[in-house]
Amino acid sequence: MITVDSITKSYGPTRALKGVSFSINKGEIVGFLGPNGAGKSTTMKILTCYMPADSGTATVAGYDVFDNSLEVRRAIGYLPESAPLYYDMSVVDFLKFVGGIRGIRGEKLRKRTREVVLQTGLQGAVGKNIGELSKGYRQRVGLAQALIHEPDILVLDEPTSGLDPNQIKEIRDLIRDIGKEKTVILSTHILPEVTATCDRAIIISDGRVVASGTPQELMARSKGANNVVARVRGPQAEVEKTLTSITGVHHVDVSDAADGTARYKIFAENARELPELVFQKVVEKKWSLSELHADTASMEDVFAELTK
Amino acid sequence: MSNIYRLLKKEVAGYINSPSTYIFLIIFLITGSCLFFYVNSFFKAGQATLVGFFIYIPWLFLFFVPAIAMRIWAEEKKAGTQELLMTMPVRDFEVVLGKYLGAFVLLLAALVCTFPLPILIHHFADKNTPIDWGPIWCAYLGALLFGSTILAIGTWTSSLTENQIIAFILGCSISFALILVGYPFVAGLLPYGEVISGISPYTHFVSMYRGVIDSSDIVYYLSAIAFFLFLNTRSVESRKWK
Repeated sequence: MITVDSITKSYGPTRALKGVSFSINKGEIVGFLGPNGAGKSTTMKILTCYMPADSGTATVAGYDVFDNSLEVRRAIGYLPESAPLYYDMSVVDFLKFVGGIRGIRGEKLRKRTREVVLQTGLQGAVGKNIGELSKGYRQRVGLAQALIHEPDILVLDEPTSGLDPNQIKEIRDLIRDIGKEKTVILSTHILPEVTATCDRAIIISDGRVVASGTPQELMARSKGANNVVARVRGPQAEVEKTLTSITGVHHVDVSDAADGTARYKIFAENARELPELVFQKVVEKKWSLSELHADTASMEDVFAELTK
Repeated sequence: MSNIYRLLKKEVAGYINSPSTYIFLIIFLITGSCLFFYVNSFFKAGQATLVGFFIYIPWLFLFFVPAIAMRIWAEEKKAGTQELLMTMPVRDFEVVLGKYLGAFVLLLAALVCTFPLPILIHHFADKNTPIDWGPIWCAYLGALLFGSTILAIGTWTSSLTENQIIAFILGCSISFALILVGYPFVAGLLPYGEVISGISPYTHFVSMYRGVIDSSDIVYYLSAIAFFLFLNTRSVESRKWK
């Protein structure tokens, strides 16, 4: 659905994109992740034909973003960063204006306007001027205008920034719902967002793609992913020795020793079967176990490691 | 075509819903009438003619028209809505034309609001020498074309910056320079003065407000408008230059 091949973009002396490549399949919800200034918005501006890349190619729905710009723009619904809207227009006038420019006419336009208003929960705000609405409602108007022409592809630049936790949840549910039928790219620097909404994440840092995969894959790749924590009652030195002898374990950290128990953090090549092995060893030696869990890496760890 | 109409409709609806439009119209009418009745001393002159109104039109438009035009693009850039607009399936020139024509409607409305003046003069006129409506229509057409040219300059300067004040000052300065070279005493100071005064919208207005229509004047205005709208389109496109 979307193919980006080694695009670059400079703003004066600043190189915003230094060769970004990725592809997105039909029906995927992809999170575009990266610190501020990494090049997320620039990539989105190029995909939506607002500005061209300096070099490289990008195609959307089979059309080149530079040569077939109008076709690309027809296929995309776009919510730019911080949802810029015409504050002096009423919600319904604005949606009808966008729908009209998108080529929807007459009864169909009225029907689609009603549908997107319901879909984004704007019922209470239709007659109001956009300038009078709260930030959360404006964000919904931004989403509604991106959806009005039933595009195959949605490009959302930070759709949940500046919203309160309830609003964030609503918008995420909405995006997941839309994503059942459409291809969605959303950019964010809020990490739980990716785990909560996306099938796949593309991490971009300093103008380059540094990682891509499902949130689970990315977390498994993290250094913090392959360790197990156990609290064992038993002779400390012997416990440590026994645990280190498990195949695949390269070292064990001991901490928090008190009342004959201690906390052991066990690092291994592969942590998949480690908890079971640890349990068996402890049972074998007739020690007792009061805590055992795999230490999962968070998206925060992954992000920090990759974008340093 | 339909995109231009949709954009025009949106702009006009924006003017109708904005209080500043009415403030603008009122100030325009008050200033215009004051110049006509007091500065021009219509009552003392004892002549039933509107020439004393149209003579001030270039100077009125010099300030009023860039004031209409300054927000057209600068506001979109500042609010970020330009990104929203230009990522919809519209061609750049369609947006330029739609926005320009929207402001043109406002300019037209401002001129229509001055119609009480000729009607008033019609009442004051001597019954034996009624006023001649031909030259008045001609002067109105001249004023509309003159204003449209300044409007094209103003929308272009608005597209160069996101600061409306800068857009206004640039629009005024360029228009002022172009009006000034239309005065023979200024043109006389310049090399090739006669040629330079030919590019002044003022030169072409002078004969029209006296009631003479020359097709070359109309061709001049239409070309000047087209030229500045072309510059406007190029400036909107400039984000896409590599």
